[in-house]
Amino acid sequence: MNRFLLPLGLFIVLAVFLAIGLNRDPREVPSPLVGKPAPDFVVPQVDTGKNFSPKDMLGQVWLLNVWSTWCVTCRIEHPLLVAAAKKGGLPPVVGLSYKEVRGDMNADASELPPDGELALARQRAANWLARHGDPYLLSALDVDGRVGIDYGVYGVPETYLIDKTGTIRYKQIGAITAESLEKTILPLAKELEK
Amino acid sequence: MKTAAALFVCLLLAGSAFAKEAAPLAQDPATEKRMIDITSELRCLVCQNESLAASQAELANDLREEVRKLIKQGKTDDEVKDYLVVRYGDFVLYRPPVKSTTWLLWGGPFLLLAVGIAALIAYLRRRSGRVAVTAELSEEDKKRAEALLKEPQ
Repeated sequence: MNRFLLPLGLFIVLAVFLAIGLNRDPREVPSPLVGKPAPDFVVPQVDTGKNFSPKDMLGQVWLLNVWSTWCVTCRIEHPLLVAAAKKGGLPPVVGLSYKEVRGDMNADASELPPDGELALARQRAANWLARHGDPYLLSALDVDGRVGIDYGVYGVPETYLIDKTGTIRYKQIGAITAESLEKTILPLAKELEK
Repeated sequence: MKTAAALFVCLLLAGSAFAKEAAPLAQDPATEKRMIDITSELRCLVCQNESLAASQAELANDLREEVRKLIKQGKTDDEVKDYLVVRYGDFVLYRPPVKSTTWLLWGGPFLLLAVGIAALIAYLRRRSGRVAVTAELSEEDKKRAEALLKEPQ
């Protein structure tokens, strides 16, 4: 009897390890930025000639939602944000349009002058928001993806929950789902609000 | 074929975050060589089984460009790696640092080796014990054995 127990035990341990491994999403790399101050940046806004910097949001709990019009998953996420913003209870969301023109395989940014790329990105983001609804407090443009690198963005959409002191508290990799919103983001935001 | 498959996977994973290749900034072969040396040790986050040097994902292009810039600013290899670790975590390193969360990763194989050696020693001891017991022959057995040996073939 005993000589079967050992292999059986080893098998169970191995099976448990493999089962855990299979159920983890390798795309979700824990961000080292959680618990650290949100990197500073200054970028132009979509609708106005003004700039946006995360410093403008100090004293508030807010979400930084990185998106783009060419990102397929963003189209799934977007209606959820629009609905949540309409319903209320969602912290203010700042949209960051990520590499709107040069990230799009169907658009050619290489021919455009830098100003032209910014203008085109602005126009494309604004049109998209007009058509699909605008859940954002304001939208900013990360035309060349530099801000994305500082925030460790490796695939849009990604969303950061930032507290009153400007510290990143949570990072959602991939689309926000109804579940992650209800179970993680909103409760955490409420707690940080205190 | 392999490249095509990798490209396809990249496309799937990147959620269409894919575009034409950026024109290389560095014409200087020394910078290029250092950039490749550094990025071969780093993992691309979009195509996770590819190094940052080999990946054709758009983010990898951006990051290679970033590494070139850092090299030109006179940063050391470690400083460049730290720059990426601060943003993307230890996950980008193919050689993760030894710290409390990774000791099992580094020590695990040696732990398994130790367990294996211990099991082998235990097994050998048990076996030699068994052999010793059977080797003791009684007087009667010895006589019988001698008789058998003397027997003509």
